[in-house]
Amino acid sequence: MLLVLLLLPMCWAVEVKRPRGVSLTNHHFYDESKPFTCLDGSASVPFDQVNDDYCDCKDGSDEPGTAACPNGSFHCTNTGYKPLYISSRWVNDGVCDCCDGTDEYNSGIVCENTCKEKGRKERETLQQMAEVTREGFRLKKILIEDWKRAREEKQKKLTELQAGKKSLEDQVELLRTLKEEAEKPEKEAKDQHRKLWEEQLAASKAQREQELATSAFQELDDDMDGAVSVAELQTHPELDTDGDGALSEGEAQTLLGGDTQTDAASFSDRIWAAIRDKYRSEVLPTDLPSPPAPALTEPREEQPPVPSQPAEEEDEEEEETEEEEGGEEGEEEDSQVPGEQPKETPPPVVPPQTASPTEEDKMPPYDEQTQAFINAAQEARNKFEEAERSLKDVEESIRNLEQEISFDFGPNGEFAYLYSQCYELTTNEYVYRLCPFKLVSQKPKLGGSPTSLGTWGSWAGPDHDKFSAMKYEQGTGCWQGPNRSTTVRLLCGKETVVTSTTEPSRCEYLMELMTPAACPEPPPEPPASGNHDEL
Amino acid sequence: MDAAEKEEISVEDEAVDKNIFKDCSKIAFYRRQKQRLSKKSTYRALLDSVTEGKESTRFQIINEAAKVPLLAEVYGIEGNIFRLKINEETPLKPRYEVPDVLTSKPSTVRLISCSGDTGGLVLANGKGDLKCHITANPFKIDLVSEEEVVMSINSLGQLYFEQLQIPPKQSRATKENEEDTSDDTTQENQEELGLWEEKFRNFVDVKDNGPASIGLDFSLHGFEHVYGIPQHAESHQLKNTSDGDAYRLYNLDVYGYKIHDKMGIYGSVPYLLAHKLGRTLGIFWLNASETLVEINTSGDTEPAVKDALTQTGPVAVKQKVRSQTDVHWMSESGIIDVFLLTGPTPSDVFKQYSYLTGTQAMPPLFSLGYHQCRWNYEDEHDVKAVDAGFDEHDIPYDVMWLDIEHTEGKRYFTWDKKRFPNPKRMQELLRSKKRKLVVISDPHIKIDPDYLVYAKAKEQGFFVRNHEGGDFEGVCWPGLSSYLDFTSPKVREWYSSLFAFSVYQGSTDILHIWNDMNEPSVFRGPELTMQKNAIHHGNWEHRELHNIYGFYQQMATAEGLIQRSKGKERPFVLTRSFFAGSQRYGAVWTGDNTAKWSYLKISIPMLLTLSVTGISFCGADVGGFIGNPKAELLVRWYQAGAYQPFFRGHATKNTKRREPWLFGEEHTRLIQEAIRERYTLLPYWYSLFYSAHVASQPVMRPLWVEFPDEVETFGVEDEYMLGSALLVHPVTEPKATVVDVFLPGSSEVWYDSKTFAHWEGACTVKIPVALDTIPVFQRGGSVVPIKTTIGRSTGCMTDSPYGLWVALSTKGSAVGEFYLDDGHSFQYLHQKQFLHRKFSFASGVLINSCADKRGHYPSKCVVEQILVLGLKKQPSSVTSHSPGLNHPADPGYSGPGVVSS
Repeated sequence: MLLVLLLLPMCWAVEVKRPRGVSLTNHHFYDESKPFTCLDGSASVPFDQVNDDYCDCKDGSDEPGTAACPNGSFHCTNTGYKPLYISSRWVNDGVCDCCDGTDEYNSGIVCENTCKEKGRKERETLQQMAEVTREGFRLKKILIEDWKRAREEKQKKLTELQAGKKSLEDQVELLRTLKEEAEKPEKEAKDQHRKLWEEQLAASKAQREQELATSAFQELDDDMDGAVSVAELQTHPELDTDGDGALSEGEAQTLLGGDTQTDAASFSDRIWAAIRDKYRSEVLPTDLPSPPAPALTEPREEQPPVPSQPAEEEDEEEEETEEEEGGEEGEEEDSQVPGEQPKETPPPVVPPQTASPTEEDKMPPYDEQTQAFINAAQEARNKFEEAERSLKDVEESIRNLEQEISFDFGPNGEFAYLYSQCYELTTNEYVYRLCPFKLVSQKPKLGGSPTSLGTWGSWAGPDHDKFSAMKYEQGTGCWQGPNRSTTVRLLCGKETVVTSTTEPSRCEYLMELMTPAACPEPPPEPPASGNHDEL
Repeated sequence: MDAAEKEEISVEDEAVDKNIFKDCSKIAFYRRQKQRLSKKSTYRALLDSVTEGKESTRFQIINEAAKVPLLAEVYGIEGNIFRLKINEETPLKPRYEVPDVLTSKPSTVRLISCSGDTGGLVLANGKGDLKCHITANPFKIDLVSEEEVVMSINSLGQLYFEQLQIPPKQSRATKENEEDTSDDTTQENQEELGLWEEKFRNFVDVKDNGPASIGLDFSLHGFEHVYGIPQHAESHQLKNTSDGDAYRLYNLDVYGYKIHDKMGIYGSVPYLLAHKLGRTLGIFWLNASETLVEINTSGDTEPAVKDALTQTGPVAVKQKVRSQTDVHWMSESGIIDVFLLTGPTPSDVFKQYSYLTGTQAMPPLFSLGYHQCRWNYEDEHDVKAVDAGFDEHDIPYDVMWLDIEHTEGKRYFTWDKKRFPNPKRMQELLRSKKRKLVVISDPHIKIDPDYLVYAKAKEQGFFVRNHEGGDFEGVCWPGLSSYLDFTSPKVREWYSSLFAFSVYQGSTDILHIWNDMNEPSVFRGPELTMQKNAIHHGNWEHRELHNIYGFYQQMATAEGLIQRSKGKERPFVLTRSFFAGSQRYGAVWTGDNTAKWSYLKISIPMLLTLSVTGISFCGADVGGFIGNPKAELLVRWYQAGAYQPFFRGHATKNTKRREPWLFGEEHTRLIQEAIRERYTLLPYWYSLFYSAHVASQPVMRPLWVEFPDEVETFGVEDEYMLGSALLVHPVTEPKATVVDVFLPGSSEVWYDSKTFAHWEGACTVKIPVALDTIPVFQRGGSVVPIKTTIGRSTGCMTDSPYGLWVALSTKGSAVGEFYLDDGHSFQYLHQKQFLHRKFSFASGVLINSCADKRGHYPSKCVVEQILVLGLKKQPSSVTSHSPGLNHPADPGYSGPGVVSS
């Protein structure tokens, strides 16, 4: 009904005499010469009961110009602006609802006629809007073309990458085999080398023990009779076994294996092992050095200068998580640091050293043959890993491309250009950041960490206009409340800019993004007359 | 925001935890009274000490332990009221007597003493139909009405009075070498008794005045139904407390209080009503310190036991053994000052109580409309959008509300400059639609020397002081704050002056006030309130007057709003904390309720209890403050709220938006319909408030008030009467398809207000309900004035026409009243600018006559519709003989209303 009215030229409507509150379209129903029939046909009343401030018709049609009927409508002509129906209950209630003021004819208040001014403003706004829509729609068409091209390119690249991936996979398999082959002799040679060295260590240790036993024997053998007696042993109270602080004769005898004395050979064979930990040399004031730790410090392999190798294992464990995050982080970094660069400088390679091993504890360097095997294996490893990394990169690129190509960027892909962008809006307190199809965040202006207001969920406009809003969900949880979420309303504009952010309900944010992609096709240029007259 | 949020979190976390509040076992004076009373040391009256003064009869009472006698005074007060005061004759220092609650000094009537038997004294009122029989030993008072003992005082011997003592340090010095043989001196016992120091959680209450507690029992003979002593989230009829805790009267900020619990919440009215066939009584215990009330109702099932245990007096023994309710009052401090309201009808008791404490203030008309609140409407733009939402969805509303976030850092009387840069412009927008604004103003004042209100109050010493003598400091919304001492008349006068338009920047005459957190709420204080040994004006400890603090703030606020209009305009002030007499200053609501069906249901008994204790203008937050109501609950709550006196939608900060149009078209329509019903009935509401204002009758009435002779009504609390004409039974169950509505009165006839179907009274009918059904029934014999056209706010409906719903009684008659004035000023009072009309229908004639000839008020309004329910046959013609009914009515149009059967 309203639409029909809008299309009618109304400029001369005021001239037509009709009951108060009746629109021109309904004028013919109100004929002074006949009884009035309610518009719903429910009753018929004498014409002088129209607008007599008493409700006769169930549909309220006999009182279009008074507030008598609870369900009536009052029509304001609003010459110069848009005609309007208001609830007839608002007639003469002291509030100006019609810009021509006709709804307040008997309430004691005077309403200024603001229709001309409103009409002018409305026209201006409409013109501006039309201009914006036209320009925005032009840009939108470009965006659609851009995406078409970009999508084709991406598709092409994807095909290439997929082909390249196959050969890379083959290469990785080949290099893996080569690596494994090279590692076999390496392992054997290294094992051999280690075995030899361990034997050597054991021999020298035995020899040292023998020397210690001998010197202890000599120390104990006070009377130099070539045998250590119970009494001689008793001069070393630290050898006490029952904890009373003194070495009794019985204890000493037990230490000597039940004999009263022992000679050098059986001392070092049987007795020394039992007392060596407690025994305090008379010469050295300090304790005996603890038996040398079998510190198996490997000699440093001559490593080729590949810095990232020590992190190898860790890398593999984290592989999955890293890929999940990879997309986002990668995107952000794209703009900042072009090219491949490790995320963090690798930690300095610390030589695997235990506490200052003596020179003799150190494994001798590999012999030439072994070192050659090692070098060969290392080279095979490096090549394999490099190939594997390339494969991973390619897979990553394929995934990203596939994702982007298959993403729902609107009916014609007009929203695709937003995919790798971020937009910010700074308010009194916060900086809001929208990275379309990814996330929304809020960061205190004066520093502090950002709070997630949601990650991409779905298009969220009403069924007939799905692409008019986006929903971002599962942001940081609110205390005693839901997870934060954001609805982004898309409005037609010439530029892409976040125009407002509000929090209408706690932790439910509303953002408005102007974008040409949201501009509807403008109606064909109207002929010079048309709508304008009506305003 | 972060810091504030953390603060909130801790507060809310704590507040839902019941452990931070005391139960009786944690209250020392309760333990002392219980312990001492078990030892039975009875008081006796010294009859040779009786003196008859001009106003009262005085005599001494004494018991073995007391050594020094107490002074008892009995007053006869106009309107069949007795007053009993018991105090120390010469206390070490004066004991607190609650000021400012009684509207004026009650006029006394001389009591005639006629000596009864030898061990007693009889005091009779002038007519001799009411007597006090005072028995000397053991001391007891029987209230006798026409030879029937209706009430006995101290018949259980629970009179308890701790006389002020010299602190132990000083007294120890005087009797250093004396061997104190009393059994109360061991360390544990001292702690247990909490005489000079009482611990609770991490708090220590140091009591400079020592123990000063009082107690007294009242036996109500033949009574099984007692009501009153709000505020508790409990049933309307008071429950027996013998199985658990006593009803506690101690004003506390209990976020999301538990329901069916006797713990003290935001406000206290120490006033209890008792009702039985043929008599209604009231006991008004005028004491503002922490108070406990035990109720013990015994039926007549165990006469032997009861006889032996309780009925010891000579009069009682002669009585037939029957049901009885014992009411035991205990207070931490002050004196015994109790008013006995003798009825005999409910209406008489209401008048007697309001004679003492005043009637309901006449609310400005707008405040009976719908109020839209939320913590918080964010900014001016938000306010504008919500306001427009109501018009867009054609839902009437009158008042927009702003919670604490509208201020600059919770500094009341200021505006957040970023969110509300132009508060006057915002108010002009509301004014253009004849709507109002209510903003919050709490009693805590942020400690900030640059905040003018703080600086001024600090300079003049207007804050409550702490035990050590400095300004009391506690944490509330703004962080560290001091609390204005509203008990001081000077502070109140100053506070009132802050509401002057010239002082309160950005305020206009459409701005009204909401006092919250005035228990007072102190986030880190004991039980979330102020330490009892904080010091008020006149050097009174906070413990003496805790329950009346909020009362005083509302008093000062209302006074401020009156003053800013130079005495012309009626104020609207909502308060959370209240005391006896708060009805004089505005409205009360039930605080932080929860969006659950059980809270919707309990809102009815909670409001009925407030209503019978004088506070007619009361309501519960529609939708429930805490949590998110589902659409069905919200709709049902709007339907219930539309028929409760104070009608406001409110929601806490972390809830989803819930303006009426956010739940789909169908629910929007249902809410719109409910609110419109409210506006349709506005003339009736306004007339009821006038009746509350001048005649002391509650607006919302429990059934027993309207049907005092029908025992079946005494325990009903799922339905109630609105005035004497409408019975309302809100739907409070989810997915209800039918409700059982009890229609009382064997000689009554009731009409469904929508379908006009009718039923004979004294039956329970099953009413089918859809989601759009609000079961409301008009009582035969009543006339209800309505508005036939609903505008967008009450202000827009001033000139809209009226209608009358005439529902005929079984005898074919009906009466009703109608009150009208300008809706906002005091001219109804000072210039008698009002209309008070009476409608009566009999023998087919409706007569509109003047009910109060003093009043005159010109109105353009017409009565355009008269709906007559219950005519025996179709009228053949309708004629009008009065210029007041300006339209020759058409019986055809009002056809559906003219029920012929």
